[in-house]
Amino acid sequence: MDFLFVQFLNGLASASSLFLVASGLSIIFGVTRIVNFAHGAFYMLGAYIAYTLTQHLTGVVGFWTALLLAALIVAALGALIEMTLLRRIYDAPELFQLLATFGLTLMVEDLVVMIWGPMELLGPRAPGLEGAVPVFGQLFPAYDFVLIALGPVVLGGLWLLFKKTRWGVLVRAATQDRTMVSALGVNQSWLFTSVFALGIFLAALGGAVQIPREAVHHMMDLQIIVEVFVVVVIGGLGNVFGAFLAAVIISELNAFGILLFPKISLVLVFLVMAVVLVVRPHGLLGKAESDSRPAIGTAIEPFRRFGTRGRNAMVAVLLGLALVPLFAGNYLMSVGTELLIFALFAASLHLMMGVGGMVSFGHAAYFGLGAYGAGLLVKYLGAPMEAALVAGPVLAVAGAILFGWFCVRLSGVYLAMLTLAFAQIVWSIMFQWYDVTGGDNGILGIWPSRWASDPMVFYYVTLALCAACIYAIRRIVFSPFGYAVRGCRDSVMRAESIGIDRQRIQWLAFTLAGTFAGIAGTLYAYLKGSVFPDVVGIPTSVDGLVMVLLGGLQTVGGPIVGAAAYKALSIWMTSQIDFWKLVLGALIVVLVIAFPEGIAGFWQRRVSPLFRRSETEEEAIP
Amino acid sequence: MTALVVQDLRKSFGGVEAAKGITFTVAESELLALIGPNGAGKSTCFNMLNGQLKPDSGSIKLFGQEIVGKRPREVWRMGVGRTFQITATFGSMTVIENVQMALLSHHRRLRAMIPFAGDLYRDEAWELLELVGMADQAGRACGTLAYGDLKRLELAIALANQPRVLLMDEPTAGMAPRERVQLMQLTADIVRARGVSVLFTEHDMDVVFTHADRVMVLNRGELIAQGSPQEVRNNSDVQSIYLGSGALYGAEPAMEASA
Repeated sequence: MDFLFVQFLNGLASASSLFLVASGLSIIFGVTRIVNFAHGAFYMLGAYIAYTLTQHLTGVVGFWTALLLAALIVAALGALIEMTLLRRIYDAPELFQLLATFGLTLMVEDLVVMIWGPMELLGPRAPGLEGAVPVFGQLFPAYDFVLIALGPVVLGGLWLLFKKTRWGVLVRAATQDRTMVSALGVNQSWLFTSVFALGIFLAALGGAVQIPREAVHHMMDLQIIVEVFVVVVIGGLGNVFGAFLAAVIISELNAFGILLFPKISLVLVFLVMAVVLVVRPHGLLGKAESDSRPAIGTAIEPFRRFGTRGRNAMVAVLLGLALVPLFAGNYLMSVGTELLIFALFAASLHLMMGVGGMVSFGHAAYFGLGAYGAGLLVKYLGAPMEAALVAGPVLAVAGAILFGWFCVRLSGVYLAMLTLAFAQIVWSIMFQWYDVTGGDNGILGIWPSRWASDPMVFYYVTLALCAACIYAIRRIVFSPFGYAVRGCRDSVMRAESIGIDRQRIQWLAFTLAGTFAGIAGTLYAYLKGSVFPDVVGIPTSVDGLVMVLLGGLQTVGGPIVGAAAYKALSIWMTSQIDFWKLVLGALIVVLVIAFPEGIAGFWQRRVSPLFRRSETEEEAIP
Repeated sequence: MTALVVQDLRKSFGGVEAAKGITFTVAESELLALIGPNGAGKSTCFNMLNGQLKPDSGSIKLFGQEIVGKRPREVWRMGVGRTFQITATFGSMTVIENVQMALLSHHRRLRAMIPFAGDLYRDEAWELLELVGMADQAGRACGTLAYGDLKRLELAIALANQPRVLLMDEPTAGMAPRERVQLMQLTADIVRARGVSVLFTEHDMDVVFTHADRVMVLNRGELIAQGSPQEVRNNSDVQSIYLGSGALYGAEPAMEASA
């Protein structure tokens, strides 16, 4: 009993930091409609800078000054980034902002290693609060009592700020209706910058107060960002009280989940999130988004079928790919195989996201299920490659059918967060269910059959399968079903009013996208000869997002270009450059600002019309 | 035979009664106007008719079949087409593809994955576009159309299902005066040729009194008058509640039935 109470206090102490970060994200989202992926990075920066400052500022006053100063410095940095970067892309679709902030995250991860090194850093204990206080005979760190109080204090402060100050009123007004606020003559730029700075301040403070509790390391950002996403989604985006409530719920779930269900503790949090979202689609205290932005892709040009030139170009590309083994060595061929696999992965994500308007933060789930499907078949049934290639993706199909049923009940950001939750559930199962999946030891020995074991043969097998699947996706996009999917994205109201069953159509599209991702995953398992939980990890999902967005949502071929470009770049950079994340991140940021329509979109809009002049309009009207 | 029989339709939002027992019928091939000041409950009434809103009580029968409790897409399948007050079309498709989409749904080909959608029902779509005078813009992206053209496109989409009843929510809102009369004339012609019944709401009294066979007046959730345009215009209740002093639409109609 006593132990449980202390565990409860433990949960509360963790909740405070989580709440600080989540409320920052929530406030930023409420006003600017930006889902700030870099929020975790700012949290991490807050912790690192606080660590450095506490090395110089000592004593009680010094310690707390250092924490506050660290948060202020990071907030100033945030304001600077908002003014120079984000301000340029407020009008872009929300995903581009996500991409830009993801680029920032990559940069910060490497900068942190460059400045502070890759080692974990142990911060000082808070002066005067080093000891522990006995609670019902159990020892409880004195500092954690301060943290427990901090959450409610900040919540109260935010409440006063929003209720009692003119600035707060403006923020609340902007959260409800940005257009109206600007029509009333409020300086939007200044409001956005200050809101962003406040949000970042809260994130950095959340990181700074953690240093006496846990070691500072360069992977804190992804860890916290997932939890924060979960918190804001459960609490309701844009609602600070919701964020507090959810932070407490999540932290207590974590604290007790470990005790009660050690095997599925990780799954528990995401399960709760999934249930909340299905029962209350806008979170516990959230409201439906008032000015839902046009779904991605609504403002874009119609997809175009290939003309004769396009078809010829595709045949040429395919022939070129078939000739690759003639001059490429084994290493280059395996790189090529990987590119093909990710092209299919990106194309499957595009089917769901670009065509279907269902943004997925967790497409890795189906990729990973396909890979594990093959892995488990080999491990337990000793299945040959031919059988596993067919049966492996079945696991992905099952996952997509199950998760899709929940996901299509939601839309927009909430749908995206739910896909993330399901991907994390899959990851947790693969990671924690040691007896079956081997945990982080993965499954080894997934080798192609003898006839396909030569890298060249496997390359051709992959090329044939991926080309066939991508062709199938393309046919689907231009089929009646593809049109129906696109219709549901463009206008739900119109779709329903001409007899289209939106949920069914989207569910089917979701399942198809999962299936193709699963096929890619199975091939990937055979390419690597093994499967590890990483294939289901967030980085894999984000890679997919980056590929699709980089290639451009507006074109059917874009994601394939994006996949090839991004994967080639990241494979090359990881082998050549020490701080490849920094370069890659900066590149993503620059690309988002320079080509908000993506590589292929840029091509279609700017370059291709120059050629098309000569070609007559093939789509002539009868 | 009557196309639509609406009986004692009620709906309240919180304390506001948006429909306090609305009863009316729509005859076959009839152009019936539903008018009333802002907030009278016109849109609520429309949303109940196509299944978007579930009424608290009452019944709506389409050629004897109950509509209440059905979803919009089921109501559409029963033969009720609808155009929206604020147009809703598929912005990433061309004009003709929008109509083809409706035809694909009408022919129940939505889950076909093999054929190219662009090749299906193209002639049929083309005819519908010609009917509403949009054929010259068939290849344009829908997102780039002028508002009046979107309204005409919506009409083509609604007709694709060969509806028996057409609900048009402010079909001419946002159009230039001349366009309005043209669109309603077009609608009237199509409707009479195809035997479709039309229920429409409208703020432009020129349009209403020129084209409607019958007019109903809704105020605060209640029908306060119905009859021929002439009768409604002369109804003193309507004049005082809806038309103010009535000076504008006095005994002598101000209808220049625009050239």
